[in-house]
Amino acid sequence: MWEAIRANRRRSTWLMLAMGAVLIALGASIGILAASWARQPTVDDQLLGALLGSVLAIAVWLGSWLYTAADGDGMVLRSVGARRIAKQDHPRLWNIVEEMSIAAGLKNMPAIYVVDSSAPNAFAVGHTPEKSSVAFTSTLLRTLNRDELQGVAAHEIGHILNEDIRFMTQAAVLVGGVELLSQFLIRLGPLGGSGRRISGGGGGGGKRGGGAAPLMAIAFLVAILSPLAIRMLYYACSRTREYLADASAARLTRYPDGLASALEKIAAYQLTSPPIEVNSAVAPLYIVNPLERMQLSGISSTHPPTDSRVKILRAMGGGAGYVDYEAALKKVEGERLRLPELELAARTGERLRSRAADPNQDPLEDPVSRAHTALELIDGLAGYTTLLCLCGLRVKTPPESDAKHIGCPRCGRALDVPSTAAEKTAQPVALPAAVEVAGTLRYARAASDWEAFSCSCGQTIQLGAGYPLDYTICAKCDRRIEIA
Amino acid sequence: MSVLLMFFLAFAAVVAVLVFWAVGAYNGLVALRQMVRNGWAQIDVQLKRRHDLIPNLVETVKGYATHERETLEKVVQARGNAVNANGPAAQGKAEGELGQALSRLMLLVEQYPDLKANQNFLALQEELTSTENKVGFSRQAYNDSVMAYNTSIAVVPANIIANTFGFTPEEFFEITVAAEREAPKVSFN
Repeated sequence: MWEAIRANRRRSTWLMLAMGAVLIALGASIGILAASWARQPTVDDQLLGALLGSVLAIAVWLGSWLYTAADGDGMVLRSVGARRIAKQDHPRLWNIVEEMSIAAGLKNMPAIYVVDSSAPNAFAVGHTPEKSSVAFTSTLLRTLNRDELQGVAAHEIGHILNEDIRFMTQAAVLVGGVELLSQFLIRLGPLGGSGRRISGGGGGGGKRGGGAAPLMAIAFLVAILSPLAIRMLYYACSRTREYLADASAARLTRYPDGLASALEKIAAYQLTSPPIEVNSAVAPLYIVNPLERMQLSGISSTHPPTDSRVKILRAMGGGAGYVDYEAALKKVEGERLRLPELELAARTGERLRSRAADPNQDPLEDPVSRAHTALELIDGLAGYTTLLCLCGLRVKTPPESDAKHIGCPRCGRALDVPSTAAEKTAQPVALPAAVEVAGTLRYARAASDWEAFSCSCGQTIQLGAGYPLDYTICAKCDRRIEIA
Repeated sequence: MSVLLMFFLAFAAVVAVLVFWAVGAYNGLVALRQMVRNGWAQIDVQLKRRHDLIPNLVETVKGYATHERETLEKVVQARGNAVNANGPAAQGKAEGELGQALSRLMLLVEQYPDLKANQNFLALQEELTSTENKVGFSRQAYNDSVMAYNTSIAVVPANIIANTFGFTPEEFFEITVAAEREAPKVSFN
């Protein structure tokens, strides 16, 4: 396993150098094009420009490295609107990430972020395994059960363990930078030239040095091709890393079916839901590419096709180690796909058994309460205030609202909106409770309008204006409650 | 003379390579042994967390399941034994018994719908599930590192270094209860 991580690190270094080379070529092109702006550009001027441009590119490259080391993850997280959570915000997610950090033997647990998004997805960013972050979307928390969420968390921790995150974060920053520069250059090239010809009244435009034109053409070509080249490099390395992270996830959880089922759910969602707004430089960081709606595998794919990843995980035949993943990969993909890092990891021959599915359903697994938890989390993080009306309706007010009172949209009761921080953290209105009289629960209606009360088990029961019966059954504890 | 010099140089080169290899192998073994120790410390942390959770759980269940004194006492007693256990083998046995007592308690909870719906209990249940997982995963990480360490001190030629500097194999941590190895019996009625 350590050999595999080292091999992965070596591959990252080579790719980083290749990306640096693209950046330097682009820098040189900028220099050449800038020099071609001179009144009478000569080849010497252009070469000097190329040299200066290359120096500039190296400076940018080093700068991006330092910047990523300092705050690359912060930049990526800010760009997608991720918010950091504490344990009490979502205890289950926190626990799952902690479990996986323990399984991976990480010294520190990564910081956990949540992104409000209509698509289920997740990603990991950071510089070192000790200083990293994982982010999950709200829809992912709503959609996946504990085992599936654990599989996704393990995949992300796998990226951290395999030291993919530093490279991927740095590459995301570089790709974004190169694209910006090349856009700038393409505008600078022909438009700049023609603009000058007009303003100069035919002074210099026609008198370009004979040797200057070919170099300029090459520079222009580089400017167009470099974003493409850097993207190919970026995508090629992100594809193989996904397989390796899947293998790590299977090994960490000892339960490949959890991740397989999570990937199925995520893929199904992507086919039916509208695409989300994601910067294409950040897309390869996600567990499933949010921009690729059709599962095509090609040179421009950032991820292996999801159905192939699922098939491999399902074909592990009760095993959970790297050996089993490699065998499954061979079975599904044949011999054409070779992953040297995975082969290294599998060389230990360590055979691990997958655990059985947990037959005891966790009560928190109930999809309705899961969705509620995720919604409350997002609204809380966005600063919404939840007001509980006596009719049982929860009314949420946005942080920018400055109204003192609002009317309940259902029953019309006036609700006070807390304005100070102390009021906001105060306990919400307590609903009247059903009382136990001689072994039976009773509740006396206070109004003929909408109202709500709480059962002895804590469940809120709502009664409509014309509730016809003289009893009700609690949905949670099945107790009968007499209504007077 | 020059032949002698060449011999000497070749000999020196071989010695240098050997020394470099030995230093590298030694450092590798030290790093692995450190990982094993960190792994054990992590298990300790998780077991302590499990022990800390139990009084809280027992207190919550007591309020609802008043007729289950015996089961609750067994959990408390098993916790006491686990807290006082020493060494991987004894600890493993005590933790196994505690795990059994806990799963009996959780089965019993099924008969108390009010307890199952209690918010405090739901939060505790998530903590308990997660703590059990954390104990399991820290054991897994520890055993993985013991396996890597034991393998590397046994293979030729690193075993020479291991024997010279007194690297001895480490013990695996197993939670040893005969019944725990069997699949849990679940009835759907």
